[in-house]
Amino acid sequence: MPQIAQLGETFASQLFWLVIFFGFVFFVVGRGMVPRVMGTMTDRDKQIGDDLAAAKTARDAADTQEEAWRVRENENRAAARALVAQAKAEALAENDRKLATAQERLDVQLAEAEQRIDASRRSALDEIESVAVEAAQDIVQRLASVKVTKAGAEKAVREALANV
Amino acid sequence: MHQFTIEPLAGTGNWEIAGHNIAFTNSALWMLIAAVVLTVFVAGGMRRQLVPGRWQMMVEFFTGFIDDMLEANIGKGGRKYLPFVFSLFMFILFANLLGLVPLGIVGVHPFTFTSHFTVTGILAVLSFSIVLAVGFWKHGLHFFSLFVPAGTPWPMIPMIAPIEFISFMVRPFSLGLRLFVAMMAGHVLLEVLSSFVINGGNGGLGLGLLVGIPSLVLMIGIAALEILVAGIQAYVFALLTSLYINDAENLH
Repeated sequence: MPQIAQLGETFASQLFWLVIFFGFVFFVVGRGMVPRVMGTMTDRDKQIGDDLAAAKTARDAADTQEEAWRVRENENRAAARALVAQAKAEALAENDRKLATAQERLDVQLAEAEQRIDASRRSALDEIESVAVEAAQDIVQRLASVKVTKAGAEKAVREALANV
Repeated sequence: MHQFTIEPLAGTGNWEIAGHNIAFTNSALWMLIAAVVLTVFVAGGMRRQLVPGRWQMMVEFFTGFIDDMLEANIGKGGRKYLPFVFSLFMFILFANLLGLVPLGIVGVHPFTFTSHFTVTGILAVLSFSIVLAVGFWKHGLHFFSLFVPAGTPWPMIPMIAPIEFISFMVRPFSLGLRLFVAMMAGHVLLEVLSSFVINGGNGGLGLGLLVGIPSLVLMIGIAALEILVAGIQAYVFALLTSLYINDAENLH
């Protein structure tokens, strides 16, 4: 085993060169370079943290604005809805008014028409009566040779017609 | 065992400090290569881009990984040990991985210096001395209360304290030996299997197919496992170091 066989003759050399080269690594790499590499990493972490914080602030601001916009939007919508409701109510009232006047006119016309119909019917009935009275007198005269007075015939006709 | 042999490349004759020879060996060469590759790797991740590229992402993955480990084990005070633990982890990781690079095909022999307990031992002692230094610096003599776990009934203290002390003093040995053993065992296993393939092939076509193919398949699997072990052992070394530092930093 050379590690033991050569121990005496090589120990000083091993120690000397190890101290030289490990010392070089420690002071140049360990003390010189590693802190700067770590510094880069720390800077990056800080940068990422700052960016995240900025993004969070921006998002919060956006949220606030969106909230404000929503409030405004809701107000606008409510106002629009009120306007629509008002217009609807006005239109409804106008409609009712128009319908009422039209109804009144129709009622008047209807009443007049009914009166006219009544008058016509009454005159028609009177005519029928007078015709029936004459006819009844005539019929009675021809069939029974009895002269019925106009008043008697009228009475009889009226009784008969009451049943129609 | 030849792969573990240290061969001097330069300065065998006169490079000496206090009578000890410090020849530049193949071990030192691979330490140099690991250090250079690691430096290039981390330097490539220093473009400091806000959106990292693949390379920067990889480097940041490793620094973030060690940073998370330190934070999880030590807490907020763990970040000041990041340079040391990161250097330790990456240096061991690159050493382990570079030792597995199949450069033997082109005639260069990679040397895994973490398979020498001199190297792993020195690193373990380094970690251990940092634990001691931090412990005594922060807590003074109160650091010795580490050997008395919280809530120990006082009659038990004379028995518990020596056990705790021994287990504390064993730490650098277990830390260093674990890495050395894992790396050496893996390389020996790969060498044994490859020698099966080669010797089987030398023994004729039939024996070569019978022994060589299963050994090669197993070798491919073990090689993949070794890459995993290279990462895990580096991680374990760094993790245990951070756990030991946690003892010194927080003291119960």
